[in-house]
Amino acid sequence: MLTRAWNSDLAYNFRTSPVALASAALALILLIAAAFAPWLAPHNPMDVASLSLMDSFKPPLGMADADWSNPLGTDNQGRDVLSAIMYGMRISLLVGFLSVLFAIVVGIAIGLVAGYAGGITDTLLMRVADVQLTFPSILTALLVDGVISAALPHTMREALQIYVIIFAIGISLWPNFARTVRGSTLVERNKDYVMAARVIGVPSWRIMLSHVLPNVIGPVMVIGTLGLGLAIIAEATLSFLGVGLPPTQPSLGTLIRFGDDFLFSGEWWVTVFPGLTLILMVLAINLLGDWLRDALNPRLR
Amino acid sequence: MTALLEIRDLKKHFPIHKGVFSRVAGQVRAVDGISFHIDRGETLGLVGESGCGKSTAGRTLLRLLEPTSGQILIGGEDITDLDAKALMPFRQRMQMIYQDPYASLNPRMTAGDIVGEPLTIHRTCAPNERNERVAALFTRVGLRPALMHSYPHEFSGGQRQRVGIARALALNPALIVGDEPVSALDVSIQAQIINLLMDLQDEYKLSYLFVAHDLGVVEHISHRVAVMYLGRIVEMTDKLSLFEAPLHPYTEALLSAVPIPKSGARGRKRVILTGDVPSPINPPSGCHFHTRCPYAMQRCRNEEPALREVIANHLAACHLHDSGVRLPLAKAG
Repeated sequence: MLTRAWNSDLAYNFRTSPVALASAALALILLIAAAFAPWLAPHNPMDVASLSLMDSFKPPLGMADADWSNPLGTDNQGRDVLSAIMYGMRISLLVGFLSVLFAIVVGIAIGLVAGYAGGITDTLLMRVADVQLTFPSILTALLVDGVISAALPHTMREALQIYVIIFAIGISLWPNFARTVRGSTLVERNKDYVMAARVIGVPSWRIMLSHVLPNVIGPVMVIGTLGLGLAIIAEATLSFLGVGLPPTQPSLGTLIRFGDDFLFSGEWWVTVFPGLTLILMVLAINLLGDWLRDALNPRLR
Repeated sequence: MTALLEIRDLKKHFPIHKGVFSRVAGQVRAVDGISFHIDRGETLGLVGESGCGKSTAGRTLLRLLEPTSGQILIGGEDITDLDAKALMPFRQRMQMIYQDPYASLNPRMTAGDIVGEPLTIHRTCAPNERNERVAALFTRVGLRPALMHSYPHEFSGGQRQRVGIARALALNPALIVGDEPVSALDVSIQAQIINLLMDLQDEYKLSYLFVAHDLGVVEHISHRVAVMYLGRIVEMTDKLSLFEAPLHPYTEALLSAVPIPKSGARGRKRVILTGDVPSPINPPSGCHFHTRCPYAMQRCRNEEPALREVIANHLAACHLHDSGVRLPLAKAG
């Protein structure tokens, strides 16, 4: 099984593509740094007791007064910027993954039903998707986030905020998946193997899940990867605007917003390093997504 | 004895939608009132040009397409209006083999899972016996059981068609509809598949509805043959009568187009039809065939000929035989 995967066209294409290898390596490094932050980070930025105002605004390495205990400097409260970035990436990646997963599940379900059932069901579902696509997705996320946050009681808001964000971003992304799945389903459902399943008497839901779905999942993986970049940026945008995650759960976007206050007073590192990390992360994911799209599209070979 | 399958005046019209409000602008009369029956262990060949409705007829009688009107009876029971659940027992009794062996197998499933799926759906055997049953089916259609774990793309065209046949056989059906099951295969493979189908028929007393446009293949496998033109059956009789003495001018033209290895082997003259098949949206008045028929009379343009028994057990829909049988057609003209 492993040797088969290693020898497949996709794996060969991957091994011989420098862009794919470089972006995968970068994504892997960032992923490991985020996943193992509690063990790898030099400090715990969440531990308020360990913070000392004496350490505030220490500059990064390469500048005067810098030292190795805070390689990327500290912020106004003496919090280590590198550690804060590593913990921030965890939140950003978690929100990104879960909201894309949510969008994929909703998008696949709606796309399969619309494409397979056809007729009025198809028309209704796709018009809803079309209407939503006319709004920029960040606007949809802002709207959903605002409505739900207002509806929640004050005491629960902070604890549930992360799920609200995931839901809001997921909702803003589902039409992309639904449209792609619907398009592929329209092609697949007219193939003889679907007819063969109907002659056997396979129920419709089972035809959709076990026959059509495995054959339409390829493009979903591609836009899923690209969507992950979009979702991370959407979360950062919301957090930057102050409607995202609370300061107790700082994501990269939250860090950028905090650091923004000190940009003109000279402490540029507090906002620039989280910003650079965000750029690198999204760049790596997008390059991987682009490579996957080209590798899976036979017309571009 | 009730026939295994009986079709009464079956029609399948496809509406044509136009404009913003999907107004129905017309009907494609793909199948326009056909009736026939198939007995147990019998093969009925259904032939005609592309677009004459023969594939649609096969799909409609399997209830893959909803019939516009008419009746479908299996073993005397009407299945025309049954819902999906009530149809399940009948699904076991009628199966299908497809034209394109590349599209008819799910590329993401192993051959064993493809053949085993009907067993799982209908719970015809315990899950632990499934592999054994599938292996036996593989052996029966001439495939090594070791190939159960292979994916469709690892098979040749002929092997894929054998997998499709094994899938159709899995539920021990009484009737198999073959939708041009050999026309996509190499000639040498065609013979193998045809012989396999005929062996299976002897062994399990299977009935076939064999949809095809290749008359040579149909002559080999069928007991009776029905000829379709623009959604209607124009002639139907046993194989020998049809090939030796066709009563309908269209059948005559079709037969004269079959290549014969020896020159003048059957002493037939070549009838070449002019023009195209008319559109099934606006079929010609009277006899649908009058626009291309070499014997067309004034009457053919106005009056529609009924499919009737011209000679014993030989049905034809043609005005030529209204005042006594004219045989052979060409000489009497």
